[in-house]
Amino acid sequence: MVLKEMKSTLPPGSYYFSGNEAAAEGAIAAQCGYYAGYPITPSSELMHRIAARFRETGAVFMQMEDELASICSIIGASWAGARAMTATSGPGFSLMQEAISYAIMTETPIVIVDIQRVGPSTGQATRPGGGDMMQAKWGSHGDREVIAISPWSVQEMYDQTINAFNLAERYRVPVILLSDEAIAHLRERIEVRERITIFNRRKEKGAPPFGAGDDGVPPMPAFGEGEKLLVTASTHTEYGLRKTNDPLVQAKLASRLHYKIVNKREEIIEYEHYHVEDAEVVVIAYGFTARSSLFAVERLRQEGKKVGMIRLKTIWPFADRLIRNLGAKVKKVFVPEMNIGQMAGEIMKYAPCDVISFSQTNGEVIHPYTIMEQLERLL
Amino acid sequence: MATDVRQYLRLEAPPMPFCPGCGDRILLRLILTAIDELKINMDDMLFVSGIGCAAWIPSPHFNADTLHTLHGRAIAFATGAKLFNPKLKVMVISGDGDLADIGGNHLIHAARRNIDLTVICANNMVYGQTGGQVAATAAKGVLTATTTAGNYYRPFDLCKLVNAAGATYAARYSVTQPTLLISSIKKALQTEGFSFIEVISPCPTQFGRRNRLDTPKDTFKFFEDKLITKEDAEGLSPQELENRIITGEFSNGSS
Repeated sequence: MVLKEMKSTLPPGSYYFSGNEAAAEGAIAAQCGYYAGYPITPSSELMHRIAARFRETGAVFMQMEDELASICSIIGASWAGARAMTATSGPGFSLMQEAISYAIMTETPIVIVDIQRVGPSTGQATRPGGGDMMQAKWGSHGDREVIAISPWSVQEMYDQTINAFNLAERYRVPVILLSDEAIAHLRERIEVRERITIFNRRKEKGAPPFGAGDDGVPPMPAFGEGEKLLVTASTHTEYGLRKTNDPLVQAKLASRLHYKIVNKREEIIEYEHYHVEDAEVVVIAYGFTARSSLFAVERLRQEGKKVGMIRLKTIWPFADRLIRNLGAKVKKVFVPEMNIGQMAGEIMKYAPCDVISFSQTNGEVIHPYTIMEQLERLL
Repeated sequence: MATDVRQYLRLEAPPMPFCPGCGDRILLRLILTAIDELKINMDDMLFVSGIGCAAWIPSPHFNADTLHTLHGRAIAFATGAKLFNPKLKVMVISGDGDLADIGGNHLIHAARRNIDLTVICANNMVYGQTGGQVAATAAKGVLTATTTAGNYYRPFDLCKLVNAAGATYAARYSVTQPTLLISSIKKALQTEGFSFIEVISPCPTQFGRRNRLDTPKDTFKFFEDKLITKEDAEGLSPQELENRIITGEFSNGSS
């Protein structure tokens, strides 16, 4: 059985954690066996907690010499059988892009926590931003599909880290937890349940490790199991043999890597909706900005304004059908972001209605009153 | 009698890609001979390589677990696999451009940590696969695609580098010294901790022809003439040793 229910590593109950600490605990609960990282603000506390807690759990922690080594070593560990993870922030995430592409091409399950800070470049290291939304999707060459999740609370830093491991193992793909400084350094109460569900890697002796499997996702063997694996990010056959000048092999592989995620997007995508039924204007928000947005929407509802909200929990693959259907029903959608319209642009591709992008890239979270003000203009 | 290394090869793989006269094909055979002599089960081995001609020695030809990785990062991948599953016997095989230029940082850090890996670095002084550009290991004065007036800079001494960083075993031999090289690979495989062998592996196609070395034999002779044993090098001045390649074992500690 691939799905396994098991006891949580923390005794069930309430805990008061920062987002970074909660993500570390989520990784431990999800049986992360190998973590490698490199210090970077504002993600470092996550690594600190892993370093301390792995000594208790017996999992392997490594502080590597840079982000390139961190992500490459978790890919190596994943092929050796580990549930593997790293965490970083914008500049480090940029350094990891080549290896993310490698993990996509070799179908290696890994989890990357990206605690976004405001950029470009070094920017303001201790301030939140949302500038990596598109980097998560398009940060390296080639058509590539990943799964990216945007948590809005410390509770979700815990829950969605567990979910990220399950999705990575289920779809053999890198999963990116696109968080930000505001959530990572926020402290709030979370509830740890007694039991959690873990997706165990599917194994099938002798099966092609890069074949289509039943549903586009092949089983995942490990080194040391006698399978004599050929792992390469050059274009390869279903048994991993390099085929670097065969157009059919390239086309088939690139297409499967795309569709194994895109065709399953209805299974993968999670979102929440608030007061959408009769809304004329709908806010589409994610991450910390969704907290401010919900406050604004609830206030305006109390005043009788027909306003609603969609919270995107899954960023990639993108919820295109949701947005298309929503756009057909409402007059306007309003997209507040801590970047200059990165997701608003994606929403515009699908929403057959006015899409109003609101950007704030000053390193501050967007205040609920700012969103209220903007919405009042639109109503 | 020579070892039949075919038993260790993935026979369904396409023919080997090495040019006529390439040192890497000899190196392939010597690595497998060492494994045969030690009676290591290939199911216990993991071969990790980067990008470049030498990275194609194990992948796809060795009939074992192989991980063909990104340019420069083989040691980082190998570190993760080894640390998560210490039962794996992990050998990294790659070229000098891959391990010492783009991947130099990972090389020195793995040596510093003394991670239990065996790293075989095939040194031909150039980037063979991309057209023969100069590498950080190229001798002063050599002609390459990007040093058409002769290489201006000094080469890395990779054995000194990994030794200074803390490797347990470091050695340098040429593919023209097969007996010494086999015994060195065996030693490296039996070393607990970081072991490193720099293998002089001439490239007639990209290096030889640019240096007016018309045949593979000339290229091999060019390198052979530079070789000097550690013992013979003792007492010679830096001037006398300029442009020589010192072979032997350069280990920290006991060996």
